[in-house]
Amino acid sequence: MKSVQARRRAFKVLFYMGNTAIALIFVSPLLWMIASAFKPEGQIFSQLNSIKTFIPWDASFHNFAEVFQRVPMMRYITNSLFYVTVIVVLDLAVNSLCGYALAKFDFMGKEFLLSLVISLMVLPNEAVMLPLYKLVSSFGWINQWPALIVPFVAKCFSIYMFRQFFLDIPDELIEAAKIDGCSPFGIFTKVVAPISGNVYATVFILDYVSHWNDFMWPMLAVTGESKRTIQLGIQTFFGLKPINYGPIMASLTISAIPMIILFLFLQKYYVQGISTTGIKG
Amino acid sequence: MKRLYNQSHRKQQQQAAYAFVLPAVLLLFTFLILPAFSTIGYSLTDYNIMRPDKISFVALENFRELIHDENFRKALRNIIHFTVFVVPYQCLLALALLTNVKLKGASVFRAAYFSPMVTSMVVIAILWSVLYNPNPNQGLINAFLTSFGIGPAAFLTSPKRAMNSIVFMSGWQAAGYQMMIFVAGLQGIPQDQYEAASIDGAGKLQQFFYITLPGLKNIIKYVIMITTIQAMKLFTQPYVMTQGGPQNATRTFVYYIYQQGFQSRNFGYACAVAAVFFLIVVTMSFLLKRIIKAN
Repeated sequence: MKSVQARRRAFKVLFYMGNTAIALIFVSPLLWMIASAFKPEGQIFSQLNSIKTFIPWDASFHNFAEVFQRVPMMRYITNSLFYVTVIVVLDLAVNSLCGYALAKFDFMGKEFLLSLVISLMVLPNEAVMLPLYKLVSSFGWINQWPALIVPFVAKCFSIYMFRQFFLDIPDELIEAAKIDGCSPFGIFTKVVAPISGNVYATVFILDYVSHWNDFMWPMLAVTGESKRTIQLGIQTFFGLKPINYGPIMASLTISAIPMIILFLFLQKYYVQGISTTGIKG
Repeated sequence: MKRLYNQSHRKQQQQAAYAFVLPAVLLLFTFLILPAFSTIGYSLTDYNIMRPDKISFVALENFRELIHDENFRKALRNIIHFTVFVVPYQCLLALALLTNVKLKGASVFRAAYFSPMVTSMVVIAILWSVLYNPNPNQGLINAFLTSFGIGPAAFLTSPKRAMNSIVFMSGWQAAGYQMMIFVAGLQGIPQDQYEAASIDGAGKLQQFFYITLPGLKNIIKYVIMITTIQAMKLFTQPYVMTQGGPQNATRTFVYYIYQQGFQSRNFGYACAVAAVFFLIVVTMSFLLKRIIKAN
């Protein structure tokens, strides 16, 4: 009996050690990035093979100041916050309406639309990027906000998530509102949407994170600095001479702040989102 | 009377439904379905953005050229290389991270594993191109390896190693995401199975292999599917870190579409590449779905 307990304890110690080692591998690149952002340029590479490389002894905001001096970092961030917020707000409106119709209405072509939505979910945007670019430029949208926003509002995946959620809303609730004389749109906005905060929050954070990380399309559609997104901004800053690693690490750190804030508040819904897609998928 | 009411009611319902789906359908048609058909349409032409008036129909000429295009074949090999390595690595890593199921402080470990997901791929790619520096006085990873007497290794500058370096980094970045899906799946495994097992004297490790793993079977298949499709779209990492090099070792499908379409302006040819890419992704997801359903 004792040996079983001892073995169990040994296993436990082993698991803790293993998990700690792996956790260190996971966080150390990010810790190094943040530490280097606060270090004077000369110290970043001077102590690489000691643990000191993760600690900024002479911490200062000098690198951050330099980033803001050399490039309009604030503008990149507000640009991204703006266009991503607009996409996601429209995404919630347009796709929840469509998902609701697919869940709770009978209409001709419903089955066809549903199977279309499901099969389009696997169509990668990258495969249609060339004609999309041509279409968007024929609208005169290159380097304009609509190029970044309009093509990505409707999203099959969001429609599907909304539909799955709305399916579980009891029909009696909708019937009762109907008898009270509510219009279909009124039922949606006054009865259905208010009790569906969960799915809205989930789609919101899933799509916010994915568009915040957009890189390829903005690189094609944005040609000037005025609409440059944060991802494009840090990428151009990375190649901007003179190359100093302190400011580069500072720019990477700054770019992560909005997402960290978002995760602090909505992490629960993000986890919920990726897990429901995993289970229902 | 009732029938009349029902008919007008039905009509109102239909109209409402069409109004509700209309914005989404219009947008999907214009910005997804139409471009998808145009991709196939343009792939049958020699369209070049620089001379838009000189477009002519060339049937399958682009595809015939593709078969003999060494760059295309290299891109195909590269993306297979990336997918074949990153999918098992990422999934196994995510599963390994689950061993903390029953430990105190598991949520701290999980936050650590998930932290790379909070930063964008561009941030990760820039950060790791600095970490991967071949000079041990400049690159953290080589500094670490040389202090154990290994290396230094040319991670991104060696054609043999560049893709594997991207594989390693990509797995590190995304394994936390897969782990979260697995964590959700764990909640679907009945608790009494673990209790019964521990009464029978099964250790934590045995419980992991005989209860946790079989319980996650379906979710594991799902994760393999999305990871595979995601892997085939690889672009940002090689674009930021290696520009497709060295010696085309990290040039992927999407990268080649970008180069042909936007740098060389061979729009028609790039659409042919995109059409093949599209076909492969759709076939893959179809096959994977069938395999999952069959089980």
